[in-house]
Amino acid sequence: MSQYQDNIAHGEHAHEGGMDKKAIWRVFGVLLALTCLEFLIALGFVHHWQILAKGALVNTIYIVLTLVKAYYIVAFFMHLKFEKSSFIVTVSIVFIFIIYFIVLMLVEGGFLAGAFQEHQLFPNK
Amino acid sequence: MSTTVSQLDKVKTGPWNGGKSPWNLEYGKIMMWFFLVGDAFTFSAFLVYYGAQRFSHPTWPDPDKIFQSIPGIAEHGQPLVFVGLMTFILIMSSVTMVLAVEAGHRNQKNEVVKWMLWTILGGICFVGCQAIEWTHLHHMGFWFGKNPATGLEGDAIKTALLPYFTHDISYTSALQFANLFFTITGFHGFHVTVGIILNIIVLFMTLNNTFENRGSYLMIEKVGLYWHFVDLVWVFVFTFFYLI
Repeated sequence: MSQYQDNIAHGEHAHEGGMDKKAIWRVFGVLLALTCLEFLIALGFVHHWQILAKGALVNTIYIVLTLVKAYYIVAFFMHLKFEKSSFIVTVSIVFIFIIYFIVLMLVEGGFLAGAFQEHQLFPNK
Repeated sequence: MSTTVSQLDKVKTGPWNGGKSPWNLEYGKIMMWFFLVGDAFTFSAFLVYYGAQRFSHPTWPDPDKIFQSIPGIAEHGQPLVFVGLMTFILIMSSVTMVLAVEAGHRNQKNEVVKWMLWTILGGICFVGCQAIEWTHLHHMGFWFGKNPATGLEGDAIKTALLPYFTHDISYTSALQFANLFFTITGFHGFHVTVGIILNIIVLFMTLNNTFENRGSYLMIEKVGLYWHFVDLVWVFVFTFFYLI
């Protein structure tokens, strides 16, 4: 049993190189900066100075920033970037279904918004 | 001649032909990842449904007008500030978690204990903030199946909901917003609570020298994966509920 544990302990040491304390705080800095940028846009540009209006452009920026933050959390904090590539593919490829699901449900939602308003109800009397 | 093996009968020696560990990962860690992928599907389904509802309604409440208080400081006019604090707390506790994992790699028990304590403190602060946020919304009249105009009629509905909309006012939109907000942040808050409990368990295991004797702090890493996932979900909840 102890040999098995040793293997695991050494295995972890083997690819530990990815994240030392300095790297951890650097990733934290990136996450903090991206969050601050979101607040700058939301509170500053949109709310206070009113340079940008809420809409497709601002929402796209928010979503891109969110995905970048997600990448940093998964890749570095969850260490996925330093795992074997076949494992990375295994846990990430399935999100193709989520992308499909997003497109499907939003298109359907958009359709319903129009259809319910365009077509009147006929009372069954 | 008889010693040659045909191409087809040769034992292959690739990483996936048995006897090897192609991912070089411990079983429990792989299973934690697979669980998190499944959990990500659940949260995705919630958020995609939120999107579908929003797309199918002609109008939607403005989050800036619903979340604009800082408990104990300002009642109105400060959108995003309180949730910003919550986001910061959660990112911070994610960092202390990685630092605990990093200390575990070096078998530094005391450092692991220190960083785990900070992580648990961060988690408790976050859940506390969420409880305050929920209480505040509840006082405003939002709850599961309820919005500030529930029980009113005619123009009173419009008056009650006016403060929360920038465009047209809809009772149904406000209701769906309330239902989805409490369901999704509730499910996330439940995950944070479970995470805090797991963190406390591994903290006691650390204090008990369980990992010291085992020779590996791998369990901290597995609980850490869960904790980062909770942070990851919050990043998305924050964007879709508070920013957009």
